[in-house]
Amino acid sequence: MGARHDRLDERTFMERWLPHPLMTAVLVLLWMLLLNSFSFGGLLVGVVLAVVITRVTSNFWPERPPVKSWSKAFAYLGVVAWDVVVANLQVTRLILFRPVESLATRWVVLSLELRSPEAITVLAGTITMTPGTVSCDLSADGRSLLVHCLDAPDAEDTVRQMKERYEDRLKEIFP
Amino acid sequence: MTFVLELLVSLLIVGGGAFLLIGSIGMVKLPDLLTRLHAPTKATTLGVGGALVASMVFFAGLEGTLSIHEVLITAFLFMTAPISAHFIAKAHLHEHTELRDGLPPTGRPVGWSTFDAAPGAGEADEDDGRRGAHD
Repeated sequence: MGARHDRLDERTFMERWLPHPLMTAVLVLLWMLLLNSFSFGGLLVGVVLAVVITRVTSNFWPERPPVKSWSKAFAYLGVVAWDVVVANLQVTRLILFRPVESLATRWVVLSLELRSPEAITVLAGTITMTPGTVSCDLSADGRSLLVHCLDAPDAEDTVRQMKERYEDRLKEIFP
Repeated sequence: MTFVLELLVSLLIVGGGAFLLIGSIGMVKLPDLLTRLHAPTKATTLGVGGALVASMVFFAGLEGTLSIHEVLITAFLFMTAPISAHFIAKAHLHEHTELRDGLPPTGRPVGWSTFDAAPGAGEADEDDGRRGAHD
């Protein structure tokens, strides 16, 4: 217990009160968006909340998320937003016009090259939101992802698409 | 101008409603839980998205006030939908352990985390793995 306190106290004043500056900024922005109208008092409450929340929860995530390229991250968001629209249309077509028996429902395994938990979380979330795939489980060592496909006649092709479209981009965003 | 905006808002609402309806049809039509999971995670996001964009256009164009709540709703929806889908799938695997044999191999020396403990994990994790395998 004592050793742990010593380690925490080695941090500078800024590191202690703003362990995640970006998260603090996002929380302030979120608070202002929730208020939906600007007032100085609202901003003050937002800043206090953001500082206190990041300070209190910083022990749960001592490391800052490692993002290499923010421009690529935003480009990725654009790709995903487009794919979500396409995914909706595809699933709509499958639901309305295909008899259930003709769907090639299957499990697919995606062996991950990504290592950071943040990157794997984003990849799993993306896979769930996009065409006919839901990520269901992770192998116990966190190196492969179990994906359930609604209609995948060719398993290898599906895996290749997911790797090329999302994992390659994420590899450039996260180290 | 007002007519065009009203037309746009109506189209977005009707389109969004259509996607929500299709998502619900999917829930009825598809045979088991894992395939049903596909309907709400996808068809519904565009449905809710359409309604939210319609709301933003309505308030910005017709009422003259900027409303940004909708962006937040969309963001929270996109964050929570995949995570809840993941947990529903995991809970389904726990509930139906007979599905375990139908799963493909992980391609790794260890099994899927729903059934197997992480290598070198603490006691709590091992306990969790056992419960998944035998209950």
